[in-house]
Amino acid sequence: MTARIGVVTFPGSLDDRDTQRAIRLAGAEPVALWHKDKDLKQVDAVVLCGGFSYGDYLRAGAIARFSPVMEPLLEQARAGLPVLGICNGFQILTEAHLLPGTMLRNNHLHFICRDQKLRVENAETAWTSDYTAGQEIHIPLKNIDGQYVADQRTLDTLESEGRVAFRYLDVNPNGSNNDIAGVTNEAGNVVGLMPHPEHAVEPLIGTGRTDGLPFFTSILKKLVNA
Amino acid sequence: MARVVVDVMLKPEILDPQGQAVQRALPRLGFDGISDVRQGKRFELEVDGPVDEAALARIHDLAESFLANTVIEDFTVRVEEVAEAVK
Repeated sequence: MTARIGVVTFPGSLDDRDTQRAIRLAGAEPVALWHKDKDLKQVDAVVLCGGFSYGDYLRAGAIARFSPVMEPLLEQARAGLPVLGICNGFQILTEAHLLPGTMLRNNHLHFICRDQKLRVENAETAWTSDYTAGQEIHIPLKNIDGQYVADQRTLDTLESEGRVAFRYLDVNPNGSNNDIAGVTNEAGNVVGLMPHPEHAVEPLIGTGRTDGLPFFTSILKKLVNA
Repeated sequence: MARVVVDVMLKPEILDPQGQAVQRALPRLGFDGISDVRQGKRFELEVDGPVDEAALARIHDLAESFLANTVIEDFTVRVEEVAEAVK
């Protein structure tokens, strides 16, 4: 038995196929979900992938969060369903208030596409258990709305509760508060980050390393051992 | 029919790089004496029926939950007098 991991496609999603491929490489079974689906096809976890959704009109993720598929997703995520949001998926999760804070345009106003060094700060979430805390990894980053912001109280809470999951190393590429690249919810089942682990799962592409693969092996282990 | 205007602005403490880029362009265009620019969004809602307290309350909810992200943005709601269309 293996785990079934759903990947939602919104109008404008770019990385749904890459994410499905990463899930398959890790040994799990990807399940395609459509933004108009009203149920999650009994998947064991869900990834909201990168790209754009509804043209990112209004704000990135602001319209996608009201998609039909988000209704069961929000309900089940609050009950413990593991959910990973990558880039636009992270933006959707913050707009849906599953994760705190939000993303602003990069402070320099340029689109960035680069290999980004990160430090894994929390290796105890559903999506990061195959890393070790403090591990340094290289993951591609590609966005224009990547500047993570939250009010000081929220930042203090995230820091004191160890809920900063990933931090940018060497350079802060977009002006994010506290160099935050990704965060987790309190329970550790919902994680969001701006860099793209699904683009770093094979030696031939991305950073030439497979530093993103542990996201998908972490969740597989958690689900299969559950 | 009445019009309700919702203005959405980044909170004062939030950096507005787009507004800064506009501000920096001003001297090059010969506009002096403008020390700061903040960029926001304006929504014009054409409302069917009367704009009474209940309608405004619903629009307030709409602005709070959807038009603005209150993590980073403030908003105001106001009724705008619509001048008779010029025939």
